[in-house]
Amino acid sequence: MSDEVKGLIDVALKGDKKAIARLITLVENDEETAREVVRRIYPLTGKAYVVGITGPPGSGKSTLLDKLVKLAREEGHKVGVIAVDPTSPFTGGALLGDRLRMQRHSTDPGVFIRSMATRGSLGGLAKATNDAIKVLDASGYDLIFVETVGVGQIEVDIVKTADTVVFVTVPGLGDEVQAIKAGLMEVADIFAINKADREGVEMVYLELKMTLEFERDKWKELGWEPPIVETIAFTLRGVRPLWEAIKRHREHMESSGRLRERRAFRAREEVKTIIASSIARKVEERLASGEAGELIDEVVEGRLDPYSASQIVMEKLKEDLWR
Amino acid sequence: MVDRSKVRVVIAKPGLDGHDRGAKVVARALKEAGYEVIYTGIRQTPEQIVETVIQEDAAVLGISILSGAHMVLIPKILKLLEEKGLKLGEDVAVFAGGIIPPDDAEELKKMGVFEVFGPGTPLKTVIEAVDGAVKNLKGFRA
Repeated sequence: MSDEVKGLIDVALKGDKKAIARLITLVENDEETAREVVRRIYPLTGKAYVVGITGPPGSGKSTLLDKLVKLAREEGHKVGVIAVDPTSPFTGGALLGDRLRMQRHSTDPGVFIRSMATRGSLGGLAKATNDAIKVLDASGYDLIFVETVGVGQIEVDIVKTADTVVFVTVPGLGDEVQAIKAGLMEVADIFAINKADREGVEMVYLELKMTLEFERDKWKELGWEPPIVETIAFTLRGVRPLWEAIKRHREHMESSGRLRERRAFRAREEVKTIIASSIARKVEERLASGEAGELIDEVVEGRLDPYSASQIVMEKLKEDLWR
Repeated sequence: MVDRSKVRVVIAKPGLDGHDRGAKVVARALKEAGYEVIYTGIRQTPEQIVETVIQEDAAVLGISILSGAHMVLIPKILKLLEEKGLKLGEDVAVFAGGIIPPDDAEELKKMGVFEVFGPGTPLKTVIEAVDGAVKNLKGFRA
């Protein structure tokens, strides 16, 4: 590892925000450096509790988060926030606008807010989100909020990241069929119906309640039934009950042993992701070779089927992987 | 050529005027050009803006101001940046936009602002100027 990175880590661990910010940039921009950084700081991680906030675009995730940060600060937590917004698949650029709802916390020494662009990831988070969390964790932030991009139904990466998942929804999005579909609804630990002064809030409540009812046995076994909290982030109504629900869930996770289970699942997913991405890179390298080009030509001309071509490439890959 | 998608730009709006159309148009143009842009929203204090630059590890800061307070607020932001150990033109490149008279613009440039854009500036000009400034930063020099 370069001395520069080492020095940066030392300063970051002392709490220097500039160094922390720089480290997050490094783990975001360069996979090799990310490996080195994580290797070095990993023994210091695992102390932070991670709360995920997810839900459709415009449901008020950032505004709710702003209020939650305030309550968490009042209780003495050092709070890290990672807010993810999408990268344009067309230009590679991004406009990160979650932070502007939380700017009053910018100058609070006990808060660190970082905006992150998805840079091609499709699961609602950025590839480097987990590593950024580790940097904040090791630097002494004991409560970390992660806000996903505005999500639809299947962007469930947040379960691979958060200890508690809050799903924020709003009235008026659709009928009860939406609520019983697969995906995100299944991973939430707490539901918040934000903008609860709008028409239709009773319907959303009933639909969520019914969906949960279907899975009564599952909740019984887990010892936790996801509460549904009505909130109006703007006037603070329901925000404290939401915060209390988060704390109750944390207590449940810690006392029931489920936290350990979830983190084991997460560690497994993380290892899997790293392996898959290393292999994917090797595959790309292999396919870029002239040899592979000839194989592809054969597939195009119909002399070789794609399965057989893959088999040949995979044989070669063995050498790349164990080299 | 700089990989714009790895360059982070903060667009900030200090002071009390709430006219942020210009800031949003510039933010959007830079996003379209491929930059990662963080928008702070209106009515930011110099302290908030500098903290944002630090926590977001931004290479570029664009300050939009139409209230007339630019000769107070912009120098204060520049001073705070330097105090936090961020060297202008080395670690972070700063530009300004809004209603800023030419004499003041000259003065600001002497203080380290790399460009001052007035109303009607083509977006292409802004993007090219940002490209140029980024290339001269310590972290992006070839």
